[in-house]
Amino acid sequence: MDIRFEKVSFTYQPNSPFEQRVLHDIDLVVKEGCYTALVGHTGSGKSTLVQHLNALLKPTAGKVQIGERTITPETNNKNLKPIRQKVGIVFQFPESQLFEETVARDIAFGPQNFGVPEEEAKVLAAKTLKMVGLDESYLERSPFDLSGGQMRRVAIAGVLAMEPEVLVLDEPTAGLDPQGRKEMMEMFARLHKENNITIVLVTHLMDDVADYADFVYVLEKGTVVKQGTPRDVFQEVEWLQAKQLGVPTATAFAQKLVDKGFTFNQLPLTSTELAEMLVELGGFAHDE
Amino acid sequence: MMNKLILGRYLPGDSLVHRLDPRAKLVASFYFIAIIFLANNLWSYLFLGAFTLFCLWLSKIDFGFFLRGVKPLIWLILFTVALQVFFTSGGEVYWKWGVFQLTEFGLKNGLFIFCRFVLIIFMSTLLTLTTPPLALSDAIEYLLRPLKPLKVPVHEISLMLSIALRFVPTLMDETEKIMNAQRARGVDFGEGNLIQKMKAVIPLLIPLFVSSFNRADDLATAMEARGYQGGDGRTKYRILHWSTKDTIVILTFAVLTAVLMYIRN
Repeated sequence: MDIRFEKVSFTYQPNSPFEQRVLHDIDLVVKEGCYTALVGHTGSGKSTLVQHLNALLKPTAGKVQIGERTITPETNNKNLKPIRQKVGIVFQFPESQLFEETVARDIAFGPQNFGVPEEEAKVLAAKTLKMVGLDESYLERSPFDLSGGQMRRVAIAGVLAMEPEVLVLDEPTAGLDPQGRKEMMEMFARLHKENNITIVLVTHLMDDVADYADFVYVLEKGTVVKQGTPRDVFQEVEWLQAKQLGVPTATAFAQKLVDKGFTFNQLPLTSTELAEMLVELGGFAHDE
Repeated sequence: MMNKLILGRYLPGDSLVHRLDPRAKLVASFYFIAIIFLANNLWSYLFLGAFTLFCLWLSKIDFGFFLRGVKPLIWLILFTVALQVFFTSGGEVYWKWGVFQLTEFGLKNGLFIFCRFVLIIFMSTLLTLTTPPLALSDAIEYLLRPLKPLKVPVHEISLMLSIALRFVPTLMDETEKIMNAQRARGVDFGEGNLIQKMKAVIPLLIPLFVSSFNRADDLATAMEARGYQGGDGRTKYRILHWSTKDTIVILTFAVLTAVLMYIRN
C-alpha cells in the first residue's frame, strides 16, 4: 500500500488570528515495503505530516492518497477506521496512551476496536508482547506498575497488535537507554524485513537513518528541501550541517579526515563501512 | 473544538487597556457586571452599550474577536431570552397561545436580557484578551489579601490558581495528543449513542488523570528542591504598579454609575 502526498498544505486554526501554516505544498511518497525516514528540525512539521498518514488530520489543500482511499479537504470524517487499522502510528512518548487494568487488555484494545473477537485479541496480545521483548508474566500486570521503558514496549505492542501494513514511528526511542534503543530499532528492522511492513520513521538520530532507512525526506519549515537515499543525502555534509541537521557519526568523522587531507570515493554512512574504507586506504593515503 | 473558545484567551498587545494594572481591570470588570443590573430603560442600555464599545475600541482588538466570544454562548442566550419573551406577563398582549404569550413587557425584558448577556461577555472577553493569566492571578491574590486575617489561605489559593492557569494549555495539548493516539488505535470520539460516547472517553480520561498525578508529583518535588516552603517569608518577583491611569479608570466608573443613576427610571 503506497501513501502519496500531492501538493499537501496544512494550516492549524485557519481563518483565525491564531492561524498557523505548518505544511506547504508537500509532495512525498511512501512506497510499499520501503523504510522511509523523515528528518528535520523541531517545528519543521514532521509530526503534523505524520498525522496525515492515517487521516487524523486532513489537508487544508492538496490530497493524500492512502492505498485505495483519497483524503482531500472535503473528505468526510466517517469511515476512516479501515485506514487507521492499516496505518498504525506510534506517537512520541506512547506510554502516555496506556489506560487499561492489565497489559493484555491494553494491547488487545486496538484490535478489538477494529472488530477482532476478544479471544483472538488476547492471543494477539500475547504474541505482540513477545515481539517487543517482554515475556508472558507481564500480561496480567497493570501497565502503571511497569518501568518507563517497559511501558513504552507495551504501548508499541498495542499498535503492532493491530497488524498494520504501514507502521509510523514518531521518535520511538526518545528517552530510552542505549541498550533499549538498539533493541527497539532492531525489532522494527526485523518487522520490516520479515513481515514486510512499510515503516515511516521520524527521528533526530541520523545514525538510525543511516543504519536502517531506504529513503530520506528532509523537511524544513513545512517543505521538503531534500530527498533521496541516505547515501545521496548524507554526502552533502556541509549543507546538512549548515541546516544544523547533522550527519551520521561515521560520516562526520570521515568528513574530518577529508578536511585533514584524506580522500574517499564516497563518504561512509556506518562505522562498519568507515572501518572497511580505512582498511582499504591502508592508512597510507595521507598525501602530505 | 477548543480552538474556537475565545473567552479566557490572552492576546498580546500594547494598547491603553493592555497597559492598565490588572487589579484595576479586574475590579472594573466586576463592577461593570454589578452596575449593568442598574440599567432598566432603553437609554441606560444604550449608554452602557456605547461605553462598552468605547472600551473595546480602546483595546485596538479586532471587533470580530468579541463577536466570536459571544458565539459559543449564543444558544444559552437565545434560550434565556426566549423564556423571558414567551413567559413574561404584563403590559399590552400582542399574541397568546396556551401558556405562551407575547407581551410588551416580555419583549422589553427579552431585549434587556440579551443586552446584558452581550455586554457582560464583551467586557469579560476584553478583560481576558488584554490581561495575561498570571497577571490576573496576581491581581486576585492582591484583592483577596484582606481576607487573610479571616484564616483564608490566600497564598495557597493564588498559588493553585497560577499553577492551574499555567497548565491549562499544557493539559489541552496533552488531551489532543492522547486523543490522537487513541483515534489511531480505532477509538471514535463523539460517535454512536450516548453510552458509546461516554465509553469512548475512558481511554482519554484515565491517561489524562494518570499524567496529571505524575506531573503534580514531579512539580512538587521540583518545587521542594528549589526551596519552596510555603508562602511565609517569600518575596515577589512580579510587582504590580498602580498608576494615575488606573485611578482614572476607577473614577470613570464612578462617573458612569452617577450618569446611570440619573438616566434610569
